[in-house]
Amino acid sequence: MARLHFLGRLVDVTGHPSETVDLPAALTDTSSLRQWLDDRGAQDGAFLDPTVRVAINDELVIEPAAIANSDEIAFLPPVGGG
Amino acid sequence: MISLVNHPFDPAETLRDFTAEASDAGAIVSFTGQVRPTAKSGPVSCLHLQAYSPLTENGMRAAVETARRRWPISAVRVIHRIGDMAPGEAIVFVATASAHRRAAFEAADFLMDYLKTEAVFWKKETGPAGAAWIEPRAEDYEDRARWALSGDN
Repeated sequence: MARLHFLGRLVDVTGHPSETVDLPAALTDTSSLRQWLDDRGAQDGAFLDPTVRVAINDELVIEPAAIANSDEIAFLPPVGGG
Repeated sequence: MISLVNHPFDPAETLRDFTAEASDAGAIVSFTGQVRPTAKSGPVSCLHLQAYSPLTENGMRAAVETARRRWPISAVRVIHRIGDMAPGEAIVFVATASAHRRAAFEAADFLMDYLKTEAVFWKKETGPAGAAWIEPRAEDYEDRARWALSGDN
């Protein structure tokens, strides 16, 4: 099972800040995961937005990055500072 | 030393404690940022700040380390609120101590520019028209760019 986190405006898009999900085996990298999440929720490209960065297990990654079904994966919109 | 806190804090008390710890410094500079009651969109009744641990804390620690490399500061304190806060409440506190004033001023200014532009926070304002996530402002990036002229980041 993977743990997904949605930050900032993505909380409003998904309706929840995080979820535990069994990722389909076909999802091997962040590109396919983004597409899957967007299609799943009919989210109008919110997850395809290139300004949204991805962190895997607390590290920002260069995409596309490999993912595993045990990863903690966070979707981070541009940060606005405090 | 950095802290994220999800409750109100007293900047005066924090400065008193910091001053006691830095009693051998010749200069202490502090900055307190407060939640503004108005934004571009109008009055603000609630400001919500979201962090993502440990990325938020790691970034703040790295900024403090950079400040320590660039200026001869003997002590640093950074406190940032997260969660819901009301106008007038302290949202951020930065204090620096050094032998002389200029290093303390510049290190505090540098840390505030980091916190206002690059720090890993998502900000949502609630007003009469509802709630909205706030995008970064171009002038915040210009403030931050000032520090790139004189070397590393």
